[in-house]
Amino acid sequence: MLQSHLERETKEQTNIPLLEIRNLKKYFPITTTLGKTKGFVKSVDGVDFDLYENQTLGLVGESGCGKSTTGRTILRLIEPTDGEAIYQGKNIFQLKGKALKQIRKEFQIVFQDPHSSLDPKMRIGDAVMEPMKIHHIGTKKDRMDRAMELLLKVGIREDQFYRYPHEFSGGQRQRIGLARALAVNPKLVVCDEPVSALDVSIQSQVINLLEEIQEQFQLTYLFISHDLSVVRHMADQICVMYLGQIVERAPTDELFTHPLHPYTQALLSAIPLPNPKLKKERIIIKGEVPSPIDPPSGCVFHTRCPYATALCKNERPQARELAPGHIVSCHLAES
Amino acid sequence: MQECLLEVKDLKTSFYTEKGLVTAVDGVSFTVHSGETLGVVGESGCGKSVTAESIMRLLDESATRYEGEINYKGKNLLKLPEKEMEAIRGNEIAMIFQDAMTSLNPVYTIGNQIAESIMAHSDLNKKEAYEKAVEMLRLTGIPSPEKRIHEYPHEISGGMRQRAMIAMALSCRPQLLIADEPTTALDVTIQAQILEVMEELKKELNMGIILITHDLGVVAEVCTHVVVMYLGQVIEEADVETIFSKPLHPYTNGLLKCIPQLDGDRTKPLFTIEGVVPSLDDIPPGCRFAGRCPFADSKCRKEPPPLEEAAYRHKIRCWHYEEIQRQGAFEDVAIPS
Repeated sequence: MLQSHLERETKEQTNIPLLEIRNLKKYFPITTTLGKTKGFVKSVDGVDFDLYENQTLGLVGESGCGKSTTGRTILRLIEPTDGEAIYQGKNIFQLKGKALKQIRKEFQIVFQDPHSSLDPKMRIGDAVMEPMKIHHIGTKKDRMDRAMELLLKVGIREDQFYRYPHEFSGGQRQRIGLARALAVNPKLVVCDEPVSALDVSIQSQVINLLEEIQEQFQLTYLFISHDLSVVRHMADQICVMYLGQIVERAPTDELFTHPLHPYTQALLSAIPLPNPKLKKERIIIKGEVPSPIDPPSGCVFHTRCPYATALCKNERPQARELAPGHIVSCHLAES
Repeated sequence: MQECLLEVKDLKTSFYTEKGLVTAVDGVSFTVHSGETLGVVGESGCGKSVTAESIMRLLDESATRYEGEINYKGKNLLKLPEKEMEAIRGNEIAMIFQDAMTSLNPVYTIGNQIAESIMAHSDLNKKEAYEKAVEMLRLTGIPSPEKRIHEYPHEISGGMRQRAMIAMALSCRPQLLIADEPTTALDVTIQAQILEVMEELKKELNMGIILITHDLGVVAEVCTHVVVMYLGQVIEEADVETIFSKPLHPYTNGLLKCIPQLDGDRTKPLFTIEGVVPSLDDIPPGCRFAGRCPFADSKCRKEPPPLEEAAYRHKIRCWHYEEIQRQGAFEDVAIPS
């Protein structure tokens, strides 16, 4: 397994992305009691990124920055307001009916909370078979065989096939959720905070499992998390989101060694390190994330940025590529 | 040497349940000194919160059995009549909780709730209590507190609510603060702010703090002393530097190793502790960690190890720690400094 890990690291990035996201926007309307729209929550506001085959893209940011909305919009669990998602030459945001169902088979999701993402009244074996049934894959016997095989692969014993979700621990339920996502042989799996609800010792088991499964099934992950050390371990590329926008995008090692956006720098310095000998200088950013209902003019981060100038206040910064693959939306950042 | 504030001695907290008596905390001992932050770490179900709630006597006493002693200023809190306990609770020992939204009353304003706790423990009148509340909120770094004081919990953000709760807990200038996962529900940038506020207030009031958390990063950052718990027992106790540089217990070592490091090797799979924490109604007979421990042998599975003093203020509950240490079995573990 270690071997395959190394291979992935050294593998040349293919130039054709599996999925291209362009100018993705999701505005949720705010309505008055009479149903009149009085404003919008700009949850995702113009996001671009590419997902490459068999790679992991990390999406990090604090709560409310729109990372989960982004993930769900790609699966069309939430309808986007604007933008394009190009997959195999087609814009998946315009698909309907059969074509959409086909895409849903190839894109799957693993949710954060393993307690609420499984139906409490459904045996776990049935839960894993359900997606295959929806997509009319195989006979009943085939589906059962495949479900058993998948459950075994994620570390659930065959004799637990007929048990209910409440009989499992959080870590086990997360494994079942993963088996269920794998049932229809997806290309892309959106992992929405898959380990955040787990204890540290269980967290590392699930992270290792996710990596093994990725190798084995040649999966592409969109890995959403607020935990930077977990994202660093999993992702090949990282997008840092703030208030509905991607402020910085770079290959993982590049981002951690040369963070260019002031927000990324503050975020990195705020992580408490498990080493008491390293008393680092912390950049503590003042204040809190502004409301996405009425986001600040110009650069969205200017209200908390220690370096903000008049330009930042008035003009929204353009994304600039300051190093190969390292894209920053900041007026002041220099390579 | 700072004065010893609180001494927990062989605390055993059990609950009467349908399945019989379940012991959630089984013989826990530690001391807290003023000006010191004691970190209590462990995974869910290890009894860290129950320990805190036992100190505050917050558990439903009709269904709980306490054994052992909790000595605070020469008094055993477990034996104190409820009236006297009320005078200590919130006044001398205060507590903050993980989820500020559910710990604050949604139908009263922030100011009302802080002033209420001030009036309950002092002779101040309502006006003075409100002034004090404003002052406390300012101390925790809330901007324009005189306006915030009239707002309800749902009107302010998570970070603000946590600050309001800290303000309430500290309004009576307690000598001991128990913080149960105070930053777990918060974002990292807000967490950094809250930890800084707690650190400053600790210095100012010369309090002792018991910080309950599962986040070893937070422990390394703010604690001076650490207690590691597993399934209701203390398995290791030492000062913070020793715990991180020379852990003796295989569980402590495993916990430290299985978190992804910011400067670790990304190409290697993470270290794992196999298996899951056993249930409290099915506690293994020998060492409680034996089922998941790579070093366990037949002795570990049969006889429970005692908590031994390996060095000054370094306690350890393991049969084989000396051997493991001699063989340098944790070698590859040491965190690069």
